Amino acid sequence: MRALRQIVFILSKDLLIELRSKEIVTSMLVFALMVVIVFNFIFDPGSREIKAVAPGILWVALIFAGNLGLSRSFAREMDQGKMQGLLLCPFDRSLIYIAKMLGNVLFMLLVALFISPVIFVLFGLSPGASVFPLAFVLLLGAVGLSAVGTLFATISAHTRAREVMLPILLFPVSVPVILAAAKSTVHLLDRGGAAETAAWIRILVAFDLIFVVLCYLLYEHVLEE
Amino acid sequence: MQSVKSLKILILLSWLAIILAHYFALIAAPTERTMGDIQRIFYFHVPSAWVSFLAFFIVCVASIQYLRRGEPSWDTLARTAAELGILFITLVLLTGPLWAKPVWNTFWTWDARLTTSFILWLTYIAYLMLRGYTLDPERGARFAAVFGIIGFVNVPLVYMSIRWWRTLHPAPVIGEGGGGGLAPGMIFPFIFALFAFTLLFITLLILRYRANTLERCIKEIKSR
Repeated sequence: MRALRQIVFILSKDLLIELRSKEIVTSMLVFALMVVIVFNFIFDPGSREIKAVAPGILWVALIFAGNLGLSRSFAREMDQGKMQGLLLCPFDRSLIYIAKMLGNVLFMLLVALFISPVIFVLFGLSPGASVFPLAFVLLLGAVGLSAVGTLFATISAHTRAREVMLPILLFPVSVPVILAAAKSTVHLLDRGGAAETAAWIRILVAFDLIFVVLCYLLYEHVLEE
Repeated sequence: MQSVKSLKILILLSWLAIILAHYFALIAAPTERTMGDIQRIFYFHVPSAWVSFLAFFIVCVASIQYLRRGEPSWDTLARTAAELGILFITLVLLTGPLWAKPVWNTFWTWDARLTTSFILWLTYIAYLMLRGYTLDPERGARFAAVFGIIGFVNVPLVYMSIRWWRTLHPAPVIGEGGGGGLAPGMIFPFIFALFAFTLLFITLLILRYRANTLERCIKEIKSR
């Protein structure tokens, strides 16, 4: 109960700052839209293969935007020694991880929920009846990316060349999550076999669990001062 | 002094083993019927892959030990193994396409094993970059250990997630399904190549570990 209150405390602090500055979500959204526009030049929107490619575009846009948001969320903590302040709070340090991760999940999910209808409209796709499963896949993907992303953003915030380090660490490790998420999205949009869709979503859930547990356990080693 | 002497013997042994492995692979082993001489690259490709996985496994174990104990020697071991792992996985990525061009008629396909090796290579390049970009060495060691563990756990996940696409890479010819596999004349050269590469790896690991330890000591003395 106390742990829950502490998580809510850190999370609401982050959300309040974001609500007032709006810098993370806005920059993520604009950036994700840019990525979509770039892909429009590469793949012909009217063509038949776009159905297979559009989910990939969605997830590429999300991982790029997510990377931006993650590095911002920690860069903000780093100036004026705010991170020290957070560490001085009488909280269990793993709770900082959970709270930070939830914040990043929320930002990413917001961007995902905004960007996917845009992609559907721009590339002439329709999710049909699978809107809710699709939202669930977006949530799972956001959890997987934020799980590793929050840990790596903390690491890269403490290195030289912060902005460069995060994507280099994040992209190789997020491959399984991105693949499973993109594949689930393809099957949902294609209305492919229900069994195959369910299988990919289960894989995605498994990857999420592995990464959340692993990063949760390792986080305290990253924070030691 | 004793250790220097045994190290010299070890270097000599691995040198001999590698030369013998070349003889067995290039001259003694029978020529494969359909692929011809190009198949001989297999005696270098597979042992390099095995040694690189061994190296990355050492990185993971040494990283866990470092986080538990905090002794810098574990960190030096992890760093050394990562450097050598990159060397051998680079050999894998170079010898693979050389074989694939005549046999598959393409240098590269995005199949599970190939893509996984490529991502593995990128992961450990990132691992070394992370060390280089962290100013405080103690903190850099902790960060690298955390990344070394996650990077290693990630490998089977990457492999499994890509495997759903039909895989083009020849299935392992030894150990799976019993019969078939390698021709009798090829087994010994192959086992010997595995042995020679492992011996070479161990020798390089010890040499590089000593060099890295010295470097760490010099840095410590300088910073006093």
